Amino acid sequence: MASNAATAPDGATRPRSSLRKAAQRRSTIAFLMALPLILLIAALVVYPAGYAIHLSTLNKSMEEFVGFENFEYLFERETFWMVVWQSSIFAITAVVFKALIGFVVAHLVHNIPLKGQRKWRGMLLVPWVIPPAMSTLAWLWLFDSSYSAFNWIIEGLGGPRVPWLGETGWARFSVILVNVWYGAPFFMIMYLAALKSVPEQLYEAAEIDGAGWWQRMWFITLPMMRNIIAITVLFSTIVTFANFDIVRVLTAGGPIDTTHVFATYAFKLGIESSDIPLGAAVSLFMFPLLALAAIFILRDVNKRGNQG
Amino acid sequence: MAKSNLTRRGLVRRGATAAAAGAAAFHVRGAHAAGKLSVGFWDHWVPGANDTLTALCKEWAAKEKVDIQIDYITSQGNKNLLTIAAEAQARSGHDILAFPTWYPADYARQLEPVDDIMAELIKKNGAVNRTVEYLGKANGKWVAVPSAPGSQMKPPCSRIDLMKQHAGIDVQAMYPAGGPPKADAWTWDAFLVAAEKCFKAGVPFGLPLGQTSDAVDWVGALFQSHRAQLVNSNGDIIVKSDAVRQVLEYAKRLVQWLPTDVFSWDDASNNRWIISGRGALIMNPPSSWAVAVRDAPQIGAQLWTHGMPAGPNGRYAPFLPYFWGIWNFSKNKSAAKSLIMALCQPEAIAKLVEGSRGYDLPSFANLTTLKTWGEIEPPKGTLYHYPNPHNHQIQSIAAAPCPPKIANQIYTQATMTKMIARVTTQGESIDKCLDWAQRELQGFKRA
Repeated sequence: MASNAATAPDGATRPRSSLRKAAQRRSTIAFLMALPLILLIAALVVYPAGYAIHLSTLNKSMEEFVGFENFEYLFERETFWMVVWQSSIFAITAVVFKALIGFVVAHLVHNIPLKGQRKWRGMLLVPWVIPPAMSTLAWLWLFDSSYSAFNWIIEGLGGPRVPWLGETGWARFSVILVNVWYGAPFFMIMYLAALKSVPEQLYEAAEIDGAGWWQRMWFITLPMMRNIIAITVLFSTIVTFANFDIVRVLTAGGPIDTTHVFATYAFKLGIESSDIPLGAAVSLFMFPLLALAAIFILRDVNKRGNQG
Repeated sequence: MAKSNLTRRGLVRRGATAAAAGAAAFHVRGAHAAGKLSVGFWDHWVPGANDTLTALCKEWAAKEKVDIQIDYITSQGNKNLLTIAAEAQARSGHDILAFPTWYPADYARQLEPVDDIMAELIKKNGAVNRTVEYLGKANGKWVAVPSAPGSQMKPPCSRIDLMKQHAGIDVQAMYPAGGPPKADAWTWDAFLVAAEKCFKAGVPFGLPLGQTSDAVDWVGALFQSHRAQLVNSNGDIIVKSDAVRQVLEYAKRLVQWLPTDVFSWDDASNNRWIISGRGALIMNPPSSWAVAVRDAPQIGAQLWTHGMPAGPNGRYAPFLPYFWGIWNFSKNKSAAKSLIMALCQPEAIAKLVEGSRGYDLPSFANLTTLKTWGEIEPPKGTLYHYPNPHNHQIQSIAAAPCPPKIANQIYTQATMTKMIARVTTQGESIDKCLDWAQRELQGFKRA
């Protein structure tokens, strides 16, 4: 039976028919189904990001377009470069320790008999599920040099009080420690999931071939976990670079700005000092670098996925 | 029947006059004619203080037939600053908003001038000090009205017993309740000696040196009482001066008699210090005293709020006025002005001061001797000198008198306390510290 469109004598029905065809196409249906998400991302991600870029191009009173002048200004400030340096130390150190601790703990949990494993998994996830602003407040009290439990114990053992948040070295250590405490369970759970997906037969075959613990780790476990490690590290690096609450609650950037990270410094400049364009410029500084890192890592993950 | 003298021209003239009078009045009366009013007040630290303000607003709203909506916005986590920034960006939100110290100047372009209100209030309540004028005016116009709620001073709050026992200073005799101060000997040098004695007795002064407001405020007063300015009123950087060096030298001597962790203290740390009984003196509004009376009554009964020490340039006290501003995009400016006028009447201010247990501080000269400060206890008269009733102190804010937009940067980025930290904990030389400060201040001049 011929279709209506083919037999139609006039051109009037042709557009309606092609519209129907378009609507029936799989790509159109997929697009329509994805449209709510696209709109959501546009409203919640694209618009705020675009607005932040727009703000960073205005002068302090937000009346004039100044192009990249805010960035040029920041590049001349030694405090800004100190913040870049500190954010890098903070993010890199914290991610490395989170990854290492997560990896070790994941293996320990993986080796617990299945019966009791759920309990341990639940308990180890507790730091990650408590809102960080709240848990950091508890850490703040623990670090208080006058009244805290830490110093009380140290003094009880005959040691001197530690200025946990009052001296640069200790303050940096403290903010990184809390970030590691908060973030390591995320790595643990991701790595545990990856470990569980490694086929047991591979280990059995390796064992028959006489592979030791290190060889099994190097030639089976790590290659099988490579993608998940890459994605977890990437995700955590982005989140850690953007961290705000831990530093804000513990030190507010002090002493002498030596624990500021991008987000806390942006808040200090943008909201507290009423220089919103400069604050926006600080918060956008890492965006191109992190975007570039994300592109390369995700491309690598994709490539390996296609090869597999 | 009497003949009417009303001509057509006369009617038009009278109509025009009535219309002009209506426009000039703060607010049009009539059943619901005054519309809605949305207000964002600062959420008070002192329990119950918000209730007094709410009652006054409701009383006004009932009288003026205005549908009022009140939000109390906390300054915890700078929520109030975020609200100000968000409303300014959106050009929408409350009609009246509470603005802390520096923010009227920062948002002056978006605030309705209130010269009319201020002229009337000054006439009725007395003059305001130059700090209020410095912060509340922009380009010669008043852009916000100083509010009693939230306005505060941060003078010393001393332990009567510990100061007498260890430093040999009778703070009640120096600042007697109901009488003028006898504090000529109360200088920064005497303060240093007292700090040393109290430190050696195991009850050091609790003076924060971090980057929060309490730290910046007392350090600002120390700088000002030594005539040490970082930037002058013309916006010139003058940090490399003998006066600044002198203050840094003084700070080096003082820091050794303070608790070692003061560089990490926040605005709550000094309160905890005095309430826990570990220190002999802090510098704070009466909130710490109020909490001590509630939580540690034996310590609360020993606290006495008094004047600041004097320096070569005079006796400066840290003063932080809060303001009520009306957005220029407000839809009900006349009602907003009417409410602010009502809340700044002497009777209303007396109620607000009483409701806040003496914390709130009116900025007007005639309102510094309200009965609350003289009568509140324990001990009786503890807050008598808090509002500076004998004008023996210069009420000022850190970084003044440099242009507010630069001063705000110096204040919020705590340049002065950082300078002290550099020359003490970091062991930096004063010359190197001044070079650093010079570079920082240069950046703050950014337009």
